[in-house]
Amino acid sequence: MEAFTAIESVLVPLDRANVDTDAIIPKQFLKTISRQGLGQYLFYDWRYLEQGGQLLPNPDFVLNQEPYRNGRILLGRENFGCGSSREHAPWALADYGIRAIVAPSFADIFANNCVQNGILLVSLAEAEIGGLFEKTAAVKGFSVRIDLAEQVLRTADGQLYRFGVDPSVKFKLLHGLDDIQVTLQHQEDIKAYEAGRRFLMPWLFHWHET
Amino acid sequence: MAGQTLYDKLWAQHKVLEEPDGRTLLYIDRHLLHEVTSPQAFSGLRNAGRKVWRTDANIATADHNVPTTDRRAGIADPTSRLQVETLDQNCADFGIEEFGMMDKRQGIVHVIAPEQGLTLPGMTVVCGDSHTATHGALGALAFGIGTTEVEHVLATQCLWARKSKSMRIWVDGELPPGVGAKDLVLAIIGRIGTAGGTGYAIEFAGPAVRNLSVEGRMTLCNMAIEAGARSGMVAVDDRTVEYLRDRPFAPSSALWERAVSVWKELHSDDDAVFDREVHLSGDEIAPQVTWGTSPEMVTAIEGSVPDPGNAPDAVRRQAWENALVYMDLAPGVPITEIAVDRVFIGSCTNARIEDLREAARIVRGRRKADSVRSVLVVPGSGLVKAQAEEEGLDEIFRLAGFEWREPGCSMCLAMNADRLESGERCAATSNRNFEGRQGAGGRTHLVSPAMAAAAAIAGHFVDVRTWK
Repeated sequence: MEAFTAIESVLVPLDRANVDTDAIIPKQFLKTISRQGLGQYLFYDWRYLEQGGQLLPNPDFVLNQEPYRNGRILLGRENFGCGSSREHAPWALADYGIRAIVAPSFADIFANNCVQNGILLVSLAEAEIGGLFEKTAAVKGFSVRIDLAEQVLRTADGQLYRFGVDPSVKFKLLHGLDDIQVTLQHQEDIKAYEAGRRFLMPWLFHWHET
Repeated sequence: MAGQTLYDKLWAQHKVLEEPDGRTLLYIDRHLLHEVTSPQAFSGLRNAGRKVWRTDANIATADHNVPTTDRRAGIADPTSRLQVETLDQNCADFGIEEFGMMDKRQGIVHVIAPEQGLTLPGMTVVCGDSHTATHGALGALAFGIGTTEVEHVLATQCLWARKSKSMRIWVDGELPPGVGAKDLVLAIIGRIGTAGGTGYAIEFAGPAVRNLSVEGRMTLCNMAIEAGARSGMVAVDDRTVEYLRDRPFAPSSALWERAVSVWKELHSDDDAVFDREVHLSGDEIAPQVTWGTSPEMVTAIEGSVPDPGNAPDAVRRQAWENALVYMDLAPGVPITEIAVDRVFIGSCTNARIEDLREAARIVRGRRKADSVRSVLVVPGSGLVKAQAEEEGLDEIFRLAGFEWREPGCSMCLAMNADRLESGERCAATSNRNFEGRQGAGGRTHLVSPAMAAAAAIAGHFVDVRTWK
């Protein structure tokens, strides 16, 4: 996983509440058995138009417009990432190049999945988000810099927003760590817990025989 | 000291260790796998040379991609087929039991695990699927996870988590005749919103919840995620215990008695304190119909499509306007005047035997409206299908012009061949009305099985409370 330190990018405005994971990547692309190459399908139904059997970029969709095409930071509304648990959503975002999303709130499972894929989620107050949307509308190519170590988002016009982040999430993102290795350092604890549980509640084990 | 909530008890019992910052390593008792969210997890294990920590905690089935028509010829779509075959191969390689596509016990993962007694009270249950909340109906702590976490559970039998806040949704009174668990959960989502439960574990309680069958409680917990909560749960009572008796993987003989005595403790203490409480009156719930593209865009059958001008804030006004354009609906149209092209009865929300009985009760002796192109009835499992056939429900549906299918997720998310055409409008018993969910351009109205069946007969939404 790519470590996250600081990132600077144009802010890509996606002005919709409740952006769901079906919209981030529709079901027909969940049939893959790989994690790679999903960026081309990101926001598929909004991003492309079908015309005479041909797939064309929808000029109305923000990622098909300059200067947003290569944006790496999304600006969204409340409850971003709601719906299905598909990790294909952050896989597609990360593969496209999105490294951070700024919004008032995020769905829980999506938030977990983003951390596993090096995507930083920045939650700010509704009013602050509203202000950022206004600036992206007023200033073409309005950009921000997010510094994870300092936990600040700085706008190109010098405003500064502090954001909260779970210390363990911060550590993981800063170092690009894999959880399994960390957990397996506790394997003696897991085995001890398991032995106790097996003794107290044997019906939870060996269900083939019960 | 205040008493404990059910969630407190389940959380405490599964704590392997807790870091000073509150991050907790939770032990997972049951891990359910399906073909869509597991292949990358197994390849992760392979690449790292890791084994499965405890094979007997896992159970797998193929449900999202399987055809609901005759299966003997296999799966026509090569990508769907590859995904299902990959699951078969992974289960064989790693020693995990699988109910394969041709197994009688195959079905939607959230239907088959309770049905087999693979979900038991007091368990932690996870699956790479957001509707895992369903299993909380049996007094379990159940939640959906992503594929990286699937790999983590396979390798360690544990997950890192932080405790959520607790919410109790208390439903007084009794649901009126014709009003079911689906109407109740849609009404709850209408009340608290799709983000109302974010960061919470929800316990559903109160007389109207106690009065639901265990299947009804599954419908309720299933859609906790549509209210933003990763987990929903209901305390254990006699109905829970009776539901589990003699299930194939439930404990038997001496262990049964021991288990039941432990399960009976799985309820919130009288003096437990919740971070948030929501009260509803069951008597006031009417049949619900969604009109938009988010489950919170819902109203009662006697209502009408709302005017975005009356939305509570600017963000919602925009969302309502977008939804009405997508749904091709105008403000003020009575819900009962909305005509449907297709009907889907199925999904992990509403494909259990009592859902099919409820639909059949409405349909018996009638035929679908000519204007309705097709009605799919998709049982939740091979065993639900067999039970329905034994009761003659399949015949009732066939005589009504409905299609009686093989079990799977089907048109809830249209990963197999069952899907809406662009512009088609569907009454569906599933759980999500997102844009394109049932097929690109398709328009979904979420309803109960009785309401879906009645819409199929009438050709438009009708109030099942006055159905004769």
